[in-house]
Amino acid sequence: MNDQTLFSIFFSAMVVNNFTLALFLGLCPFMGVSARVETALRMGLANIFVLVMTSLSAWVLNTYILEQAPYLRIISFIIVVASLVQIVEMVVKKIAPVLFRQLGIFLPLMTTNCAIFGLAIFQTNRGYDFLQGIVFAIGAGLGLTLALVLMASIRETSELSDIPTIAKGTGLTLIIAGSLSLAFMGFAGLL
Amino acid sequence: MRATTPTQDFVRGIWMENPVLVQLLGLCPALAVTNTVKNALAMSAATFFVLTCSSVLISSVKHLIPKEVRIASYILVIATFVTLADMTLQAYAPVQHKELGAFIALIVVNCMILGRQEAFSSRNTVYRSLLDAVGVGIGFTIALVMMGGFREILGIGTFFDIPLFGPNFEPWVVMVLPAGGFLMLGFIILGLGVYEQRKLAKEARGEAA
Amino acid sequence: MNERPDPDRIEVQVVDTLQPDGVQEAPLEEQVSTLRLVATLAVAGALAGLLIVVVNLHTKPIIDKYRAEQLRLAIYEVLPGVSLYRTLYLVDGALSAVVPAGAKAVDFRQAYVGYDEAGEMIGVAASRGESGFQDIVLVIFGFEPESGVLLGMKVLESKETPGLGDKIFKDQVFVDQFFARPQTPLVAIKAGSGKGQPGEIDAITGATISSKVVVSIINNGIAEWQPVLEQANLERNVPEEAP
Repeated sequence: MNDQTLFSIFFSAMVVNNFTLALFLGLCPFMGVSARVETALRMGLANIFVLVMTSLSAWVLNTYILEQAPYLRIISFIIVVASLVQIVEMVVKKIAPVLFRQLGIFLPLMTTNCAIFGLAIFQTNRGYDFLQGIVFAIGAGLGLTLALVLMASIRETSELSDIPTIAKGTGLTLIIAGSLSLAFMGFAGLL
Repeated sequence: MRATTPTQDFVRGIWMENPVLVQLLGLCPALAVTNTVKNALAMSAATFFVLTCSSVLISSVKHLIPKEVRIASYILVIATFVTLADMTLQAYAPVQHKELGAFIALIVVNCMILGRQEAFSSRNTVYRSLLDAVGVGIGFTIALVMMGGFREILGIGTFFDIPLFGPNFEPWVVMVLPAGGFLMLGFIILGLGVYEQRKLAKEARGEAA
Repeated sequence: MNERPDPDRIEVQVVDTLQPDGVQEAPLEEQVSTLRLVATLAVAGALAGLLIVVVNLHTKPIIDKYRAEQLRLAIYEVLPGVSLYRTLYLVDGALSAVVPAGAKAVDFRQAYVGYDEAGEMIGVAASRGESGFQDIVLVIFGFEPESGVLLGMKVLESKETPGLGDKIFKDQVFVDQFFARPQTPLVAIKAGSGKGQPGEIDAITGATISSKVVVSIINNGIAEWQPVLEQANLERNVPEEAP
């Protein structure tokens, strides 16, 4: 159905059509938890994990269930994403308590993260098969992590600089994001 | 904790507590589909529909929903209305539907809508929830149309597809690109900040005098 | 809920917590049973499903009709002079007028064979997507299967840069070149540097990659379809789609 090579899917999801900087998905964590590089990195890694799981479930749903009733797509995806996050949370808590403590609040926050839901929808719209879906998820997750970490390091640095009071906070964050997005436009055309 | 009257329910979402410009909720659609006024309007209309219907429905059945499953039920209700909006737009406004693409489905995860259900509709009457939803919906529309208007005027040189500047205008293309979305929202929020600060300074002077 | 404003006295002041984390839990009269929870969700789910199905029954014909109409318009545009066409599916390397039982039409590559009013074959249209500057560019093109002469092309989907890459469908001079019956394979050249060779297409200044993608899609697409079409009988027998 879709003849894109795996590399082009990966590269496109990671930089050219970066989820955060080009498609505006996952902005909540981008604005919220991008103040420290450390937390940003962890958030990114948690994201990759859940994205891959979502891609997997979306593929199963698409292949075996939604074939008959494509109009139930939105409703079943959101239910699956919500329950998936719950299950992942419980499993991680049970088998890897250390990891769970490190991820902390970020796991439950994933439900309302549009990047997760968006991935399932995009994957379906583009007709990716199983492997393409997984590669797409990893690429998108790495892209999110990259954007988060870049943003966090810029914000950490700018904390010490002398900025007018009104520019502190969201306004500045958005303009930094705009500049990052401009920089990422340079990757277009590499495919 | 503050108490509100029905008028306040309606008015505060429009400007003082504007979902996008002040509370920074629903940023994803506010940035992604506001490259033209038309797209911004279509998105606002769909979101408005979902928000109002969900608020009315949830506030009218709030006593039937056990609190353990309330979030799941809200999501179910919202997802249903989003599906309806998606299918209706696709049938009656196919051009706009194609422009907005996957972002209609993404209304489901617009935290603004779920936030209103949790914070307001689940504990207020149908009438007040309706007022609140309409107010927030109008606020969302204002923010999106503002973004879409500025971006279309600067980035394409048109407003509602009507050319404004004549053939010699070199469009500021970056404004309709993703980066322009971030920059424009950043500038709008900075502008509001300056305005607020001026107002505060004025009030402070007034008190001193 | 511990506070129930009387609908007749709505000016009653109600506490509003805007922050979702400031949720005040209403004291429950009793522990809600699991059965009740499951039942609530099941009823809500059933109602939601029912509503969606009803609306879907109403909107689906309209959506399908619009899609078919868009496809027809695109085919009529890239095969000038066509008055009716039929759809062929690529099944196991050969063309077939029907899809195998149990399979869905969208799972097969499709070619549209167009005929003029006298029933003579004009050409074949097909669509193809390749990676452009930003994302996939999807193009439908029409050509004469035997000679390989291009009849027309239309960009169906693209997210190319506004103002530059989007000239591949907004710049009429560029688009018109594809309707001037150029011989394929096409060659994208710098505008004005043409030597009069067949198949030369002036690329758009500032959108070289996007222009080359369009040329590449058409070349690869025709190369893909020509061998299959050679073995097929394209005579008009039972046209399925009337204009």
